[in-house]
Amino acid sequence: MPSLKDLKNRIGSVKNTRKITKAMQMVAAAKLRRAQEAAEAARPFAERMTAVMSALASGVGTGAGAPKLLAGNGRDQVHLLVVMTSERGLCGGFNSSIVKLARLRANELVAQGKTVKILTVGKKGREQLKRDWAQTFVGHVDLSDVKRVGYANAQGVAREVMAAFEADEADVVTIFYNRFQSVISQIPTMQQVIPAKFEAVSTSSLYDYEPSEEAILADLLPRGVATQIFTALLENGASEQGARMSAMDNATRNAGDMINKLTIQYNRSRQAAITKELIEIISGAEAL
Amino acid sequence: MAASLQFDLVSPERRLASFAATEVQIPAVAGDMTAMAGHTPTITSLRPGVLRVVGVDGMKAYVVTGGFAEIGATGVSVLAEQAVPLDELTPAKLDALVADACEAAAVNPDKDAADKAVADLNAMRAATGL
Repeated sequence: MPSLKDLKNRIGSVKNTRKITKAMQMVAAAKLRRAQEAAEAARPFAERMTAVMSALASGVGTGAGAPKLLAGNGRDQVHLLVVMTSERGLCGGFNSSIVKLARLRANELVAQGKTVKILTVGKKGREQLKRDWAQTFVGHVDLSDVKRVGYANAQGVAREVMAAFEADEADVVTIFYNRFQSVISQIPTMQQVIPAKFEAVSTSSLYDYEPSEEAILADLLPRGVATQIFTALLENGASEQGARMSAMDNATRNAGDMINKLTIQYNRSRQAAITKELIEIISGAEAL
Repeated sequence: MAASLQFDLVSPERRLASFAATEVQIPAVAGDMTAMAGHTPTITSLRPGVLRVVGVDGMKAYVVTGGFAEIGATGVSVLAEQAVPLDELTPAKLDALVADACEAAAVNPDKDAADKAVADLNAMRAATGL
């Protein structure tokens, strides 16, 4: 049975925790709005890009002359998994859900006899994967100093990925991130970026191409990879803030419940102590 | 007044401009081209250069690095990798662009194309007088 003083201290500390989680929730809410705006602002570019590239890709096809980024290099032995997670914790199941999906995929690939390589973006995912998959790590992109994810960051990641592909160190590249759906729901997503996959569109090309379809496609594909990674990073950013917001909201509510419970316990023990003292006085007086 | 067309300039991070224009001068890889209303639908890659747009309220100029332009029946949309309004361009910014291009050139397997990008930027520096 904790003493009254213990209980009082405990209530005080839980109250402080509640203040902190409440503040974190509000910060996350503000950041979420900014992250969502950024994701929103990047959408027109990504959509146009995909539309044009799909049209081009279905025009050029995956024949012998097609660019390697589209058609692949003819193998699918070495898989590079780009696992994008956050740099900070305290965001609920955000990181675990990405890592879980990546782990599932990696196990599946290993079972098929493929080679798995992992590139981590964000240190939380790296920490979680370190135990089982450390020997497959080929690199790490640190974004902890980056306040706002810019296109340049995505280009950096894309450059690394493409260098690995060009050097025949990877045959298939897949990215893992959380797609933002709402504050309470983020969907872990797996997306293959190299070889590029497009939905087939049946557009008879009405456009003139300068210099040529193939040349434009070859020029666009690396940008397409960067754009996909950029979109993923932005979605991830919004998801992280959303996840943190709901996690902190839960924590705040739990702290409130706990304070209520502790307060009741505190009052009961205080009353019990008073009753005990009274009994002692009365029985003392009766004994006289 | 000449017929107008819808002009959009989009960078990966945001939409930079969207207004009605009468003529758009695009720095395409194969040489500069001007799009006006009724242009043949065309898709072309960009080289680093200056994009000039003549709108209802005068001419606007943007410095763009790579990307592509889509000229359609109703308008022109330019998807630039990086775009900066010309009057906001400072020598420092231009230096940063050149430095980026040089960095990219160092790792790019297609040496010619990357070197050309750097040369284009330097040519642009001369043209803009910065």
